[in-house]
Amino acid sequence: MPARQMSEQSLIGAFETPPQDAARAFRAALEALARPGTLHGIKGGQAPAPVSEAAASLLLTLCDPETPLCLMGAHDTREIRDWIAFQIGAPIVGPAKAMFALGTWDALQPVTVFPIGTAEYPDRSTTLIVEMEALSQDGAQLTGPGIETTASLSLPALEPFQMNAMLFPLGLDFYFTSGTQIAGLPRSTTVEAN
Amino acid sequence: MSDYNFAYLDEQTKRMIRRAILKGIAVPGYQVPFASREMPMPYGWGTGGVQVSAACLMPEDTLKVIDQGADDTTNAVSIRKFFEKTAEIAVTEKTREATVIQTRHRIPEEPLKEGQILVYQVPIPEPLRFLEPRETETRKMHALEEYGLMHVKLYEDIAKHGHIATSYAYPVKVEGHYVMDPSPIPKFDNPKMEMAAIQLFGAGREQRIYAVPPYTKVVSLDFEDHPFDPSKANHPCDLCGAEHTYLDEVIIDDDGGRMFVCSDTDYCAERQAMGHRGRLSPEAAE
Amino acid sequence: MYVAVKGGERAIDNAHAWLAEERRGDVTVAELTVPQIREQLALAVNRVMTEGSLYDPDLAALAIKQSRGDLIEAIFLIRAYRTTLPRIGHSHPVETDKMACDRRVSATFKDVPGGQVLGPTFDYTHRLLDFKLMAEGEVPEAVEAEPRIEPTPHVTSFLNKEGLIQTEAEGEDTPPDLTREPLELPANRALRLQALTRGDEGFILSMAYSTQRGYGNSHAFVGELRIGKVAVEIDIPELGFAIEVGEVELTECETVNKFAGSKVEPPQFTRGYGLTFGQTERKAISMALVDRSLRSKELGVEVSNSPAHDEEFVLYHCDNIQATGFLEHIKLPHYVDFQSEMELVRKMRAEIASASAKEAAE
Repeated sequence: MPARQMSEQSLIGAFETPPQDAARAFRAALEALARPGTLHGIKGGQAPAPVSEAAASLLLTLCDPETPLCLMGAHDTREIRDWIAFQIGAPIVGPAKAMFALGTWDALQPVTVFPIGTAEYPDRSTTLIVEMEALSQDGAQLTGPGIETTASLSLPALEPFQMNAMLFPLGLDFYFTSGTQIAGLPRSTTVEAN
Repeated sequence: MSDYNFAYLDEQTKRMIRRAILKGIAVPGYQVPFASREMPMPYGWGTGGVQVSAACLMPEDTLKVIDQGADDTTNAVSIRKFFEKTAEIAVTEKTREATVIQTRHRIPEEPLKEGQILVYQVPIPEPLRFLEPRETETRKMHALEEYGLMHVKLYEDIAKHGHIATSYAYPVKVEGHYVMDPSPIPKFDNPKMEMAAIQLFGAGREQRIYAVPPYTKVVSLDFEDHPFDPSKANHPCDLCGAEHTYLDEVIIDDDGGRMFVCSDTDYCAERQAMGHRGRLSPEAAE
Repeated sequence: MYVAVKGGERAIDNAHAWLAEERRGDVTVAELTVPQIREQLALAVNRVMTEGSLYDPDLAALAIKQSRGDLIEAIFLIRAYRTTLPRIGHSHPVETDKMACDRRVSATFKDVPGGQVLGPTFDYTHRLLDFKLMAEGEVPEAVEAEPRIEPTPHVTSFLNKEGLIQTEAEGEDTPPDLTREPLELPANRALRLQALTRGDEGFILSMAYSTQRGYGNSHAFVGELRIGKVAVEIDIPELGFAIEVGEVELTECETVNKFAGSKVEPPQFTRGYGLTFGQTERKAISMALVDRSLRSKELGVEVSNSPAHDEEFVLYHCDNIQATGFLEHIKLPHYVDFQSEMELVRKMRAEIASASAKEAAE
């Protein structure tokens, strides 16, 4: 007998046609990370509040039992844990073991506790999914791979991203999600005040 | 084939590959280890590229597959058919119409644009492999950015032959950090790697994925006194007259007669359709 | 006039049709059935299952039929099919000491509790062609005895009671899975053993042989070789306990090597281990020798430059599907690369020619 009933909400919110929806969501995530400062639509996943549709879709696309996931702040609720257990199966862990982390920017602080990879395996780092009120193409100025000249993105801070870029090739990678929109910021991007 | 999942691979495998691709994008030129799966085609025949394509394709995509620049070479045909069957996507031979292009040994002549993905099939992803056969050693060399061995090798070439004796799979440095193998494309194609499209590299047997995001700095290794030279055969195409394309040399008779034709068959056909003519074009030869 | 090489698609279809015809061979000869292969070419089936990493005698037999008896091609078919199978659960480790043994021999003791059982072996047959088999004669029934009921503990456990053999540490809860994670070096023993089980029988055999001839210098005794069936159990979360879902036939080999001791360990015996599907004893013994050889570093024994001591060399080259694919891919067109090499060679020749012409003129 299960110790308690899973909330009904955890049984819904998966992709309607998983292979096709996940493929579309992945392409949005790929374009977002490959072109920092661009906004992309990503949809189809529905997790309990306050998880945005974009973040839920990204989790469904990238996470599974092989990806330890860290939930922070208001995103660490029983309903969300149940939903993840049923839909994704990712083990819920603390920051030090996280391959992915989900929360608002404030809840994810300090980001320095997440793994940044090693010199031989810089890929062994955390990808942070930062839930935002809104996303827009203004704010910090971005340059680097994926950007022809310069781009702008409404980042929630400046200095932590500058510190992160200095760690290259180590460092964290970020997704910013709001509603059905997603933007990306890899560790390779140079961030400056606009 | 309807018994298989969309684009053949199961969803968990695709997620694993997708995560590796994103790490590759985040760290341009770094070879991300991934748990390559056995595909229904042999290792060495593009299984890395096929897995990367399978992880990228969505139902709305239009796929182009080339081998040696040509759409109609047997391996290109075989891979294109595989995705037509397993992903039921549209296919094309036109570079411009394709959203995903899987390639072996060439970059199309037509400049690629935003929204396109170029997927390379890679046999040996490690640019240092022929200088140091041990993976444990080359991994350390990348970690320490210790690329002296590569420069020594290139310089020995110059000392011995007066040239860098590498004509394909010519090593590049990506965004000032990792030295990367561009796959066995002719060095003529190296300058095209700074492009608007996303470039993804898949090495199935060697279990590595790496990437070059759009507009990333890709510099072919060279020396001040021996700058990189992307030269090619000094002929125009005998079919379309192009002077700026990479050419195949074709033996046409028993006496060693030869002709030179664009290796990019789509580009050549389009030029011919636009009225360009070469030395041996049907009308010109008549 | 040059015509571009068109029609790759039709050439492929036609080649496939021809292949199908050749596979069938002379139609006046009865067609081979999958059950015939499964029953009568069982050792080939076992090899395909072992190196294909999939225990399914019917599919392995089908793969052998489809591949016209090319076992590496059959292994490839099984591996490619395996890729498409979702992972439903994990079994408990199989209890090989509870194996129902068809064969069990020890070279280190004259007799052992549970007894020595020769079983269906080629070992003492005289290798003379049996022309009776050409006549498809009936085989007389073999005599049967009641199965022995006493337990058959591992022979190495007797040495263990005396502390003469190194105790194996309990492994991690969940060993890494070579088919789900990229190979990372240095590999732990579980990962090495997986690679060796999947590795090419011929390659592993030759590596093992090289250690016997002095490349790596280790003398192994077959402590025990056993072949038989074991139960496979998986946990059913809904039930809260494990149930038996079937049984598999396995070959297990434990070799015993003398070890002169190190700074931290007294002189004792150490083990090599081999485990394979079905009756595949050449492979299991070879695997045990190579396993022991690859343990040199962790045992603190002197590591030589011998190939069988070199983990990276063995693990990166033992897989016949990787090897054959990469080897055979050089049949694919490489004319773009070859063209660039030709241009370079021509250029270098022209420079040498003009330099020597200049020299002659001077």
